[in-house]
Amino acid sequence: MPVTTLAGRRKAIVWFLLLAASVLLLALGSDAFAQFGVPRAQAPPPGPDGIAGWLLAKQAEFYRMLSGTIRAAKTDGSAVWLLMAISFAYGVFHAAGPGHGKAVISSYLVANEETWKRGIALSFASALLQALVAVAVVGIAAALLGATAGTMNRAVWWIEIVSYALIAAMGARLLWVKGRAFLREWGSMRAPRSVGAAATRARHHHAHADHHHAHDHDHHHDHDHDDHSGHSHGPTPDQLAGPGGWKRGLTAIVAVGLRPCSGAILVLVFALAQGIFWAGVAATFVMGLGTAITVAIIATLTVTATAFAARLAATRTGYGSLALRGIEVAAAAVVLCFGIALLAGYLASERLLGA
Amino acid sequence: MLALFAVGKAQAHPHVWVTMKSELVYGADGSATGVRHAWTFDDMFSTFATQGLESKEKGKFTRDELAPLAQVNVESLKEFDYFTFARANGKKADLGAPADYWLEFTDGLLTLHFTLPFKAPVKAQTLDIEVYDGTYFVDFALAEKEPVSLVGAPQACKLAVARPGESGAAASKPGEAFFNNLTPGSNFGAQYSNKISVKCP
Repeated sequence: MPVTTLAGRRKAIVWFLLLAASVLLLALGSDAFAQFGVPRAQAPPPGPDGIAGWLLAKQAEFYRMLSGTIRAAKTDGSAVWLLMAISFAYGVFHAAGPGHGKAVISSYLVANEETWKRGIALSFASALLQALVAVAVVGIAAALLGATAGTMNRAVWWIEIVSYALIAAMGARLLWVKGRAFLREWGSMRAPRSVGAAATRARHHHAHADHHHAHDHDHHHDHDHDDHSGHSHGPTPDQLAGPGGWKRGLTAIVAVGLRPCSGAILVLVFALAQGIFWAGVAATFVMGLGTAITVAIIATLTVTATAFAARLAATRTGYGSLALRGIEVAAAAVVLCFGIALLAGYLASERLLGA
Repeated sequence: MLALFAVGKAQAHPHVWVTMKSELVYGADGSATGVRHAWTFDDMFSTFATQGLESKEKGKFTRDELAPLAQVNVESLKEFDYFTFARANGKKADLGAPADYWLEFTDGLLTLHFTLPFKAPVKAQTLDIEVYDGTYFVDFALAEKEPVSLVGAPQACKLAVARPGESGAAASKPGEAFFNNLTPGSNFGAQYSNKISVKCP
């Protein structure tokens, strides 16, 4: 029975952490793994302020209107259009609150040197998958099998665990790859610099006048480095997308999109009970569209800001490339931390539902 | 890093809305013995929770048919201290597990009834009770009419109620919610606390 299993759940989580750790090792060990999909899920971002409070109030309104319009749509076909409009707005606002993978997607994009265009594509693809999973869970479990809420919760629970473990694995893999790149970069920068320093000691002036020179020097080393790692390290946003292309993106899409939104599941079950499941399905996809837009905007802002910061660092210090590596490492660490945090902490979310 | 973990716990957008009515129950000697809640869930959650449940009459559920679900609810709530936090004269007063609980289904809405007994009866000049979900997965709102009442309390006792965001008499002192809020992200929902305060001379 659902709740008696709280202790059991914890055990399962520990178990899964172990599994995640081994998945992780696998991921670290082979690049091939990335192609099979190291997914990731949703990450709740930071706390509230005035705007967040306002958003939450709006959510409550939309939420109540949602159920009201679904009810109305049963008898009044035109209410469906209103339902779509509310669902869209709900998706936009809902995603502005914590969750829905904004932080994970953003960090992933930064760590993985993705362009903003790919960020938008990833946001939309993961939101679409999220809607599909919600429809599949409710469609199969509730509509076809007549399962109870508890059964559906358990299904979602497993999906979440997998999704969070995949996020953690993806973060760990990124951290490994980016951490090594950072260290290599650092090492290759230090070598020439100490030579320079020796020369500088003799002619102090020269070192300062030569600032420009040092800059070029760094770049040169960048390229050497590239030859070894096969990564492109150009500092402009357009150049930030590394090789590996869509296969690598797929990983992220699955990890974030796997976990269905509880709001969508509630809407679907409610629509099912009203005998208009299709309206719930339509609402879920429109909601996903709204979510995608919010996530895409935030992802774009993050990527743009990072590129800007990197360029600034490059011009000011001549350490641009190293700084960029550093930012990537930090972002990779964030993805890993979110994965672990979600695995350890998400239990809080589904309690009352008594899964 | 620690902050991150705390954030991981905070769902921070509600998926369940509860309209609550509560009674403070007093013993013959004038000490408070427990808190009796009646929480009505929103229509979508009520539908979700009853999805797939067997019932004799379609779309209606008797108390007996809902008994297993009530048990699940109450047992799940334990982990969250029933979202109910009591302080007697500023000190934490412990509440035990509910002995009596049941669900009723009326007009498509589920209402969970349960009484939380104080582990030791409380005789205090000030009894503060807060109801909120720190992670804000559940939104609690006091009912419009007579949200809180005193049952068998001494005549001189005065009741004050403050809804989230209100600064009533009940909210005059920094409560548990305030201190919890000092850790950002960990107890986000506390700012949506419903505060009940009883002062007895």
